[in-house]
Formats: sequence, structure tokens, C-alpha cells
Amino acid sequence: MTTKSPTESTDKSDTASEPVIINLYAAADKIYPRSTFGFFTKWRWVMIWLTQIVFYGIPWLEWGQRQALLFDLEARRFYIFKLVLYPQDLIYLTGILIISALSLFLFTAVAGRLWCGYTCPQTVYTEIFLWIESKIEGDRAARMKLDGADMSGKKLLKKGGKHFVWIAFALWTGFTFVGYFSPIRELAASVSSWSLGPWETFWICFYGFATYGNAGFMREQVCKYMCPYARFQSAMFDDDTLIVTYDEKRGEPRGKASRKADLDTSKQGACVDCSLCVQVCPTGIDIRKGLQYECIGCGACADVCDTVMDKVGYERGLIKYSTQNAINNGWSHHQMLQRIVRPRVLIYTAILMLLVVTLLTSLWLRTSFRVDVVRDRGVMARLAEGGMLENVYRLQIMNATESVQHYQLSASGMPQLVIQSDVAEADNTVTVSPAASRWIPLRLQIPDGSAKSGSHPIEFVVKSTEGNEQVSEKSVFLVPR
Amino acid sequence: MSDFTSSFWPMFITVISLAGIFGCALLLWITSKIKASSPNGDNTNGHVWDENLREMNNPLPRWWVWMFIITIVFSLFYFAAYPALGSYAGKLGWSQAGQYEQEVAAANKALAPLYAEFAAMTPEALATNERAKAIGERLFMNNCAQCHGSDAHGSRGFPNLTDNDWIHGGDPEKIKATITNGRVGMMPPMAAAVGTEDDVQNVANYVLSLSNSTHDAARAALGKEKFAVCAACHGADGKGNQAIGALNLTDNIWLHGAGEAAIIKRINAGITNQMPAQASKFTPEQIHVLAAYVWGLSNNAGAVSMASETAQ
Repeated sequence: MTTKSPTESTDKSDTASEPVIINLYAAADKIYPRSTFGFFTKWRWVMIWLTQIVFYGIPWLEWGQRQALLFDLEARRFYIFKLVLYPQDLIYLTGILIISALSLFLFTAVAGRLWCGYTCPQTVYTEIFLWIESKIEGDRAARMKLDGADMSGKKLLKKGGKHFVWIAFALWTGFTFVGYFSPIRELAASVSSWSLGPWETFWICFYGFATYGNAGFMREQVCKYMCPYARFQSAMFDDDTLIVTYDEKRGEPRGKASRKADLDTSKQGACVDCSLCVQVCPTGIDIRKGLQYECIGCGACADVCDTVMDKVGYERGLIKYSTQNAINNGWSHHQMLQRIVRPRVLIYTAILMLLVVTLLTSLWLRTSFRVDVVRDRGVMARLAEGGMLENVYRLQIMNATESVQHYQLSASGMPQLVIQSDVAEADNTVTVSPAASRWIPLRLQIPDGSAKSGSHPIEFVVKSTEGNEQVSEKSVFLVPR
Repeated sequence: MSDFTSSFWPMFITVISLAGIFGCALLLWITSKIKASSPNGDNTNGHVWDENLREMNNPLPRWWVWMFIITIVFSLFYFAAYPALGSYAGKLGWSQAGQYEQEVAAANKALAPLYAEFAAMTPEALATNERAKAIGERLFMNNCAQCHGSDAHGSRGFPNLTDNDWIHGGDPEKIKATITNGRVGMMPPMAAAVGTEDDVQNVANYVLSLSNSTHDAARAALGKEKFAVCAACHGADGKGNQAIGALNLTDNIWLHGAGEAAIIKRINAGITNQMPAQASKFTPEQIHVLAAYVWGLSNNAGAVSMASETAQ
């Protein structure tokens, strides 16, 4: 089998007639991305710092007496700053996921795989691990040389040092991740005293191993073969989407041109074929072949090409963020940006704004407690003292505040309806502990014979004394024949 | 143990499981032997859609193939260890029921110190202990409320547990015995012993008069004499007998329905009422806590101190 280099693929006259046999399975070639400097690299590092400060920092924030962001799976309470969420509040998670998906659609439609290039944990951790690697082993050429060299004390020291730093960083990541689910300050104390529980140990090691393996070894393989987003994001693209593009008209025919050559008069294109854009690519592709699914839109090739263009004295932007239409029609920068405002983008934006507003409104209007009514099924109705007819219910009151709350119970929907509970205090008030839920057994009574037989709709009204809020829940009162 | 009545299904499961694994291995082996041809020599398979969309012949990374192989090897070990093949029980002897029992045992072990603490306390003390009450309430809701109601007020045929009217005795030891062994309350049909239909109605009115319920005084007077056959169990004064579970007829609490018609029906037909034994569902410590909770429903803290004062 022959592996064709990118430049050869344009010239296929000699092999066109002969079929080439390709093995279905192949060992992945290791990619040694060269480090870059420039506009997009700077922004990548800004995003890396931002996402990582948020990820590593948030579990350490305190809110009152507790961790500000804590997902207590065992107690099924989710603390998000001021909010205390119950599993019943899952709809908010759904809302956040839908908003995230739509944001992804919108950003992708406007400027390609921004998520992949700048914020995806896979890319971000790969970038961090690459940085550690280049600090210890050196840049691309040095790393390739080191890998090719025989084992020696120096190589062992460098490799060992790299893996030590990687593993330490990965374990810190695992520790932080578990800190979102198990109070991080207590977790830190257990780590320092070697008294971690079996599950905490497992998850710290598991998440640490995933970070180490994915960012240290799998890298672009995750994006190319495992990630579903990578594939479906291309469905959001259109001809007006900003993508990292090679200006083929300007660049071709490529070749080593004299620095003094005037591009207007010579037949040479601007591309000097230095192959740096291939060397810096974290997924190992050649951007000059056009848009490919492997491209994560990080802009490393654009950065490195600009430095080359500066050196040879050509205009920057041979590889740049541009759109298919702009390249094909030779649009100006201004014309290209005007097309950002197009129906697809406007519709995504409108739906996104609607959902964000809906979610915020719903969170704003959310009452500080929930009520569920369960009617006793064992008994339809029963006669009680004083010629009263009774139905039995249980009210579950879930207190989503972090203080003791009092709730006043009442019921309406039938004349002469009386509410009674053995556990209620004066005025049919019950007490519920902070962030706790409580079952309240109670009875509703009507004078026997005051309603005709059948099912009568009624409504429980629960008023919080402290919060001055009220929640109504529907149920039925059954009158037997 | 197989859950199927026919021996076909365990075999069916075994065959499709093994055939599936074998099929995966075979497919992997066959595809590793195939070489794909590229007609144009440009690493595409020659298919073109939408004018210029070409399908590449990029090879699968080898590590992915290794994942397939690891999956197959894993599944074979899994089949050997767990009951995956029909009625074969697996080397580890794992079962759903076994896992459930393990979890229950682990939970019981975790709760053992708490229950040991509760077992050392008197029911009277437990009835005012907030933690014991919370556990008792949950035990009641999950096991007793189905018949006795969430509020423990019962209904027709199911005694009210909050009214201090006890059929089989209301001290904590008696309640414990009721929960542990269950109770059977049996009243035989008494019509023949009482006499004519008229006599039955008279006795029913006498019974109603015992609690000052609405009754026909003339009939009640006539029925008093015939009540002698009832007195054997319910006592001459009609206050019942907790030793045999004969109901108190004087307190205006009617387990099987109030009024003349309901009582006539009971005299004619009798009734057998049963509370099932709960010994197999609970540990003795749980019954201790539950009995204290039930006792506490009609004996609040104030009542305890009053009772002890009276005793002194």
C-alpha cells in the first residue's frame, strides 16, 4: 500500500488507473504538534485559563455554612448557590441541556467548531498536557528525536518526569471532580489523612485515569473516532459559516518562491509549502486540502501561517477564518461579516433567547417548597364521630429552603369541608426542617349525606408562613354510595 | 434455579448468547482479512454523492480493534462468572435475590447499633424519642398504613389505633404480641342461640342501648334477657373481653359498622377478622420500635406522666 503525501494527491495521473489496496485496520501515527504563538493561540489560552479556573475553583466557594455548588447524590439535594434543588427539579437540568445544545448550534453556525477548539475538555486538557510535555521534553523536533532515541538515563528521567506531572495533574482533576459531589474541604482532609472511602477513591482514580489517558495518549483519536459532536456539528455548517480556511486562489500553485518575487507577475502562489500548518495541527491534517471533519477549528495553522507570511513579506491571512462564500466570491471582510445575520442564525438566536428567558422566569417564579398529594388507596371513605364522612390523604411537603419553615394547610372545593391532622400544630400548621421533606397524614371531612356519591374535585392549599408563598395541589374526595 | 417452565428457553438463551459472541469474533476475523480497493487510487471508494461528496477509505485505528477483542474476552469471563447462560448459575453464585439479601444485611448491620440502643429503652421512652418516632412512622407507613390508614384511624373492619379502645389489649407488650403473631377475632353466628328474628332485633337494640346510641327502648328491654348468650364473650356489662378479643359494646365505637342493621347482620352471620402475623417481616427490635410508635399514637407524653402519677 502507498501512503500519499498531501502534495502528491493533487497529481494523480500516474496512479489513477490502478486500484490501491488499503488495510481496514491501521496503527494510529503519533502526532507531535509544534507549539504556536499568535492571535488564536492567545485566545485558546485565555479560554483554557477561564474554564479551568471555573472548574478547579468553584467547589472551593462557600455559601453560608456550606459549599456553594454541591450535588449531594446520597441525600438527593442539589445545592447551587442560593438554590436547593430536589430530584423533582430535573426540568431545570433539561432546560440547561437544551440551552447548551442550542448554544452549540448557534456558535457552530456562526463560526464553526468554536466549542471543539476552545472549550471542550478534551481539547483543553490535551493542550495543557502538551504544554507540560513541551516544557519537559521540548518542542516537536526534540520530542520526535527523544522518541526515536534508545532508552537512556536522560530519556527515562524526561519520560518519567512527564508522566509524574501528568498523573499528579490528572489526580488533582479527579479530586476536583469528586469535590462537586462530596464536600471538597472534607475530601481534602480525608486525602491528607489517607481516610478516603472506597467510592471516593474509585472515582478520583477513575476520573484521573480518564484525564491522563484521554489528554496524554488518546488526544485527537477521541475527536476523530469517539466524539459524536464532532460529526454532527458539520450539519450546522453552511456556506456562510466562518471556518478555518486556506485561500486556495491566493496560495496555489504552492512552492518555494524567491522572497523578492512579485506575486502579481510570477506564476507562483503565496503558499511557500513550508508544511508548518501540518506540523502544528493537533489532529494531524493538512488544512490546504479544504474543510475536513477532523478540523477542530483551533486556528493553530492560521497563527503559524501568519508568522511565515510575515517572514517572507507577504500579506497575512493565507490561512484564516473565512467562509466558503467569501473565498469563492472574493468577498471583502465586511461583506463576509454581513452574512452572519442570516435566517439560520436569527432563528437559533430567537429560540435560544426564548428558552433562556423561560428558564430564568421559571427559576424566578419557583416557590421555595413543593407539595405532593397521595390519597390513601386502602380506604375509599369512612364514617367518623359526629356523623362525618372522611377521606384520608398524605401530603408530602418538600422544603427547598435552608431554614425551618412552617406551612399552613387548608382545603377547598366542597361546602363544609374540614381539614384535620394529628401531627399538625395549632391552626393546621406543620413544621418542616431545612432542606427536608415530610409526609403529613391528614383527613378531610364533610357531614355525611351533604354531597352526592361519586368523586368530587378538591384542592389543597399550602401556605408558607415565612416565605408568604402558596402552592395548590388538586385531588379528589370520594363519597361512597 | 430456572424461572422458565420449559427447558427450551434456557437453551435458547445459551445458544443466542454464545452464537452472538462467536459471530462478533468471526466478523472481526473476516474483516481483518479483507483488503478494500480504491478504484481511483485516491483513498476514496469511488462513491460520490451530492456532486462532490466522496466516501473515504480511512482505516479504523487498531486500538479500536483491540477494544472489540477485549470486549469479547470480557464477555466470555462474564458468562463464566455470572448466570448469563440459561440456567447455569455462574462461578460467582451471584443472584438478584442474593444481592438484595446482601444489601438488607448490610443495612441491618449499619442500623444495628441504633436498634441496640432502642432495644434497651422502654416503649414509653421510645414513644417520646424523636428518632425512634421517625423510624416507627416510616415502618408504619410502609407496612401498616395499607389497612389501618395513613393516619392510623383505621376504617370498617380495621381498628382505629389512635382512640385508646383496644380489642386485644393496649399496653406495649400486648401491641408487640399483636404485631408479632397477628390476631384472629372470631364471632360465631348467634342467631340460633338468640332465638327468633324478633329476638335478634331486640338484642341488637339492647346492644345499641349500652352505648346510648339511637335505639328502641321497648325492644332493648326485651332483648336484655337474650343478651345472656352474648355475655359469655362480651361480658354481662357488654364491656368485652380483651383476652379473647371480644369487642367492647358500650363505647360507641363500631368496628364492623354502626346502627341496628349492621348489628343484626353480625348476630346472624358472625364474623372472622384477622390481622396477619408480621414476625417474618421485621426483626424483634423493629417490632419493639413499631409497637412503641403505635402505643404512642394514643398515649402522648402528657398521658405518660399522668399515668405514672396515678400509679404512685
